[in-house]
Amino acid sequence: MSQVTLKINDREVVAATGMSVLQAARQADIFIPTLCHHDRLEAYGGCRLCIVEVESRGRINHVVSCTYPVEQGLTVRTRTETVDRIRRVLVEELMAHAPDSPELKTLAEEYGADRNRFGKEPIFCVMCGLCVRYCAEIKGEHAVGFIENGPRREISFVPERAAKVCWDCQECFTVCPTSYAQAAYLLARGLAFPDAPGGAGPAK
Amino acid sequence: MCEQAVAAIIENHRGQPEALIHVLTAIQHELRWLPREVLARVAEALGVPLSQALQIASFYKVFSLTPKGRHEVHVCTGMTCHLCGGDRLLAKVEEATGLKPGETDAAGRFTLERGSCLGSCSIGPELIVDGRHHGRMTPEQVEVVLAQYP
Amino acid sequence: MPKFNTAAELEQYCAHLLAARDPARPCIAVCAGAACDGLDSAAVAQAFTDEIARQNLAGRLDLRVTGCHGFCEKGPNVIAGPQDICYFEVTPGDVPEIIRATLAGEVYEAKIYRDPETREKIAPMSEIPYYKHQVRLLIGDNPRLDPLKIDDYLAVGGYAALVKALTTMTPDDVLAEVKRADLRGRGGGGFPAGAKWETTKNAPEKTKYVIANGHEGESAAFMDRAMLTGNPHKVIEGLIIGAYAIGAHQGFIYTRHDAPRLVEHVKAALAQAEAYGFLGENILGSGFDFKVELHFDVGIFVSGESSALMRSIEGNAPEPRPKYIRTSVSGIWDKPSNLNNVETWANVPQIIARGAEWFAGIGSEKSKGTKLVSLSGHIVNSGIVEVPMGTTLRTLIFAIGGGVRDGKALKAVHFGGAMGGSLPVEYIDARLDFDEMSALGAPIGAGGLLVMNEDTDMVDIARYLMDFLVRESCGKCVPCREGMFQMLKILTGIAEGRGRKFDLERLAELAEVTSLGSLCALGKTSAAPVKSMLQYFRDEYTARIDAGSQTP
Repeated sequence: MSQVTLKINDREVVAATGMSVLQAARQADIFIPTLCHHDRLEAYGGCRLCIVEVESRGRINHVVSCTYPVEQGLTVRTRTETVDRIRRVLVEELMAHAPDSPELKTLAEEYGADRNRFGKEPIFCVMCGLCVRYCAEIKGEHAVGFIENGPRREISFVPERAAKVCWDCQECFTVCPTSYAQAAYLLARGLAFPDAPGGAGPAK
Repeated sequence: MCEQAVAAIIENHRGQPEALIHVLTAIQHELRWLPREVLARVAEALGVPLSQALQIASFYKVFSLTPKGRHEVHVCTGMTCHLCGGDRLLAKVEEATGLKPGETDAAGRFTLERGSCLGSCSIGPELIVDGRHHGRMTPEQVEVVLAQYP
Repeated sequence: MPKFNTAAELEQYCAHLLAARDPARPCIAVCAGAACDGLDSAAVAQAFTDEIARQNLAGRLDLRVTGCHGFCEKGPNVIAGPQDICYFEVTPGDVPEIIRATLAGEVYEAKIYRDPETREKIAPMSEIPYYKHQVRLLIGDNPRLDPLKIDDYLAVGGYAALVKALTTMTPDDVLAEVKRADLRGRGGGGFPAGAKWETTKNAPEKTKYVIANGHEGESAAFMDRAMLTGNPHKVIEGLIIGAYAIGAHQGFIYTRHDAPRLVEHVKAALAQAEAYGFLGENILGSGFDFKVELHFDVGIFVSGESSALMRSIEGNAPEPRPKYIRTSVSGIWDKPSNLNNVETWANVPQIIARGAEWFAGIGSEKSKGTKLVSLSGHIVNSGIVEVPMGTTLRTLIFAIGGGVRDGKALKAVHFGGAMGGSLPVEYIDARLDFDEMSALGAPIGAGGLLVMNEDTDMVDIARYLMDFLVRESCGKCVPCREGMFQMLKILTGIAEGRGRKFDLERLAELAEVTSLGSLCALGKTSAAPVKSMLQYFRDEYTARIDAGSQTP
């Protein structure tokens, strides 16, 4: 496999062609924050926290590192004033929904985000899609999916599938950054399939 | 009749996951909504996860997961209509029907929707009932127009 | 229906077709465009049909139901040939008189144009101010043809460019011609079409696709519908020529599900083009194969975003792709896919037929050709106009559009729909030019021009547009989903008198993050209206916030 050399924060980094900037950075122990990235899943580009500044042939752009491919001679800056500002606002936006997520709290500290910048509307989910994608890509079960669009978008366990396959899996709970996946599952089970294995049984 | 048509639509696309949107559109046309058990049949026949069928059915405005009324009332909320009094028109239609956009009345007569711009901007604000355009509408004309749709 | 195996067969057929048509024979063209249709032009057309039958005029008077003529404000429109006498606001009751006058070579004065100022009556199309300042290269054929009849299109020179391309030019020649014409995409970006074609053409993957985007999700833009409904073959001809240049054998037309006449016309046109041998295998004996599939939107704006649109054609949820690879290299099913909008494709036949130099001779320095613009809002003459690029907003709004309705003053001109910008009246002499308008913060987008009078509330406009976009977002990425949601909350607060001092700063920051961070074109441009408001109407926002904070 051919290799390219790029520069991340003034460090020369060698990476394999086809790698993303995020992968190249992690391989070189350079930290870039993410919420929706998982090594075993296809890059998603949803949370946008891994945004970085890239310079290629004299042109400067902001791109998300999880989907941006490495290229020879690329210069990457993982912390600039603009990059930090974007990350701060993204964290502030998400904290309106999940103010107590430990991952968001850590990020808030790093980027100086104010958890009260925007009015609270807790829905606890940050829509990273890890549960949906984990279930589809790793397990091949599609027991949880997205429904609706825009700000109404939410994750939803599909009772027809979930009743059969979730009781002895629940691996998605471990990838969820807010514990919302577990809550959504318990709610769906309580309402739609209490009799399924591992369920609470019929309502008394 | 409807059931046969739906079955035919599904059978014609068995094993064709890429036809999902086509199939759902055709069924929506036929039944004017997408019952969950039909979604499950479509998913099974085409070979797509039910979660994907649900995502698409809830994502696109064309699809309805609840039955619609006999008459579909769209109040255009495009830019020109908005500028020319679309808000007042919508408020009047809401008052006349007792519905908010997205709702269907208990008698199943009307479903009210915010309509996207249909390009008849020159005759806005517009009320579109069952595809028929009623242009240059004033709030005063609303009751008269709706009365044409029993 | 004849199927033409060679260009010579087609040329022979066209010669017969033209010989059988008498250009001097009186002809009535009834507009069935979107506005006229909404004003019940169907009843007018029916009255003509009945009256022609009653008076037994077949053979002496032709009747044509056509696509949009352009002057939508005054529909139902009727144009009487051969002199092109325009009749406006026609009712079925006017029909006998229009027929009588047309056959007698006279004018039925009650329904012709009357200048609102001079009270002068004007009958011929070429002298009516609304039409006089236009250069109607694309839409001009609309009154001359029945969109359901391919022979009508052949009679105005249709498919001659396809013949020329297939028989006298190599694909490279065609590409070179389009590049020299400097045709820029009409869908919004103004990206050079030739360069885009070349990217797809040169992409290593062998299977390639071409797509005509006729979705026209931009609110208050209605020219693409008029073009595609009124003259579908022109778009199809452009698409075939483009496919030939690029080396694509499969094309897609992506359009609206909610325009029944549009759907009917495009379906019929595709079937006829195939029957005549303009689509299918070995087109006109050239060895070139090409077919076209029709796809429909399912009612959400984000599917106008090119990668989301392509996902939709694949049958997937219309989420944009997260990849940094252009769809012209990796689009539908990861194959190179060249997407242009309807108006861009419609320009292709004339570039081939009349040459790049001719085309590049029209327009401004860097924006060539004409542009279709839909005029609406607080304007006297709403409708679809076609003017050379470089025409000033003043000409568009006053000379053509007749100025602001109800004697009010002009406050702002808005371009580009929900992702466009509003310019204050001071910029009335700005020119319709991709770069000039972008630099001002009101990119022309697809060409929907909205006129706003002195009473327009600019806070309400931004709030309304953000409300629209929030509903259209797919919701996948944080800056678009959350950023727009927060901007909407702030704008609603200001509009309702709950604005706070730091709101404008929060808006500016959200606008920046949404445009830099979003995944697709919808999010990246969603903050454009807010940015233009903060640039040009900041005082109005500040005043509203101050006024709001004073109320107890």
